[in-house]
Amino acid sequence: MEALRGIDLAVSRGEFVSLVGPSGCGKSTLLRIVAGLSEPSAGTCRLGISRASGRIGFVFQDPTLMPWSTVAGNVLLPFRIAGAVDAAARERVAAAIEAVGLGGFERAYPHQLSGGMRMRVSLARALVTEPDLLLLDEPFAALDEITRHALNDDLLTLWRRHRPTILFVTHSVYESVYLSTRIAVLTRRPGRIAAELAVRLPHERERSLRSGPAYAAMCDEVSAALARAMAADAPP
Amino acid sequence: MSERVVRIAAPLVVGAAFLLLWEWVVAAEQIPPYILPPPSLIAASLWTDGPSLLGSLLVTLRVTLAALAAAALIGGAIALLFSVSRAVELSFFPYAVMLQVTPVVAIAPLIIIWVHTPFLAMLVCAWIVAFFPIVSNTTVGLNSADRNLLALFRLYGASPVKTMWLLRLPTALPYFLAGLRISGGLALIGAVVAEFVAGTGGTETGLAFRILEAGYRLAVPRLFAALFLLSLTGIVIYLALDLVSRLILRRWHESARTGADE
Repeated sequence: MEALRGIDLAVSRGEFVSLVGPSGCGKSTLLRIVAGLSEPSAGTCRLGISRASGRIGFVFQDPTLMPWSTVAGNVLLPFRIAGAVDAAARERVAAAIEAVGLGGFERAYPHQLSGGMRMRVSLARALVTEPDLLLLDEPFAALDEITRHALNDDLLTLWRRHRPTILFVTHSVYESVYLSTRIAVLTRRPGRIAAELAVRLPHERERSLRSGPAYAAMCDEVSAALARAMAADAPP
Repeated sequence: MSERVVRIAAPLVVGAAFLLLWEWVVAAEQIPPYILPPPSLIAASLWTDGPSLLGSLLVTLRVTLAALAAAALIGGAIALLFSVSRAVELSFFPYAVMLQVTPVVAIAPLIIIWVHTPFLAMLVCAWIVAFFPIVSNTTVGLNSADRNLLALFRLYGASPVKTMWLLRLPTALPYFLAGLRISGGLALIGAVVAEFVAGTGGTETGLAFRILEAGYRLAVPRLFAALFLLSLTGIVIYLALDLVSRLILRRWHESARTGADE
């Protein structure tokens, strides 16, 4: 089945690009192709970075943790797979857990954590190798709004720290505007890119931004683009 | 009363009531002990024949535990093979099923002809009954690794061995342990069936043969005493395996977590 058609998107290093579109528009397929987990049936996907182990981080909609492993064990996974578990790796694991605000929970098991905390563990695992590219597939969609806003801010902080390139899939216009430097609007399946919008907001984003007029205007603009994309592609 | 007390007390009350009723019916109807002995007589027989019955129980238990160990090892290895190669699984799984659905009583005479050591013959019989739940459960477990985790392992360039060790085996562990609990009871049944068919192996007489022998001699109280020991053994095996499973899984698996954790 054709999930995508006419995806023409160039992303520069260090950008935070959101892909916004309706459910089932092939956004997840696009991320899998970029990650090298799926092959495109036509066309090419060129990466300016290496796909070597740990250069790409992936966060799924579910936290996707190993229930038999502690928080530290889950975050250590990339190093265990690479067979590179040493003192330096353990230090980075501790730092990554600290960075997502879970210091003190290293020895907890996933079932002892809340949904938001599990997602933080998932983020820490994706970031622990300091990847060049971070792919996030609707990571906060299942969380309540308060937790989602908190994680949005944390993600921005983490992004500013190492500046990985981020491809962020969401169906929330508000989330995409708050987070990204650029937004690509996708149509219904087979998804194609209907519009690309640069987010004209200050780089330093804080909570107060959410209630400001500039943020509202930008959200309106993206919503309108999304509505146009849906209308143009309306099923017969 | 707490749930825990009820859980232990309720079955005990039912059991005691049942025994009292049994005792009363036998006395009231004057049923002869070679048809249905009263529980008191069975208890007395358990006391007098106890030491010799325990010796027989040990023989049966040895076959059972050896068969269970073999089922866990070989069954686990077969499941591992099945999960590594789909072709092997497709080719051999029907035969594993065939071995499972053919009644062991029907194959036992053949096995006893082929295998000359009585202990080994009984072991093979009990193993045939016990290995299948482990194979089928563990195979399902090895194939139920989370899809996204599998994708993640690929993303990080994990080798098949690493994926097996870090992902598939831990995923399969609860399935394997569930299979082991079923196999524990089945190994005992297999050992008993094998003894029924093989009869006595010289000086070593198992509990099943004692049941047959007591039946021939109309020593029905002893038959009941042996039967009691047999089911007690089955229960103990189940509880022991259940405990092992809980201890291994208690940190993370839903099946081993009590409500107090939440």
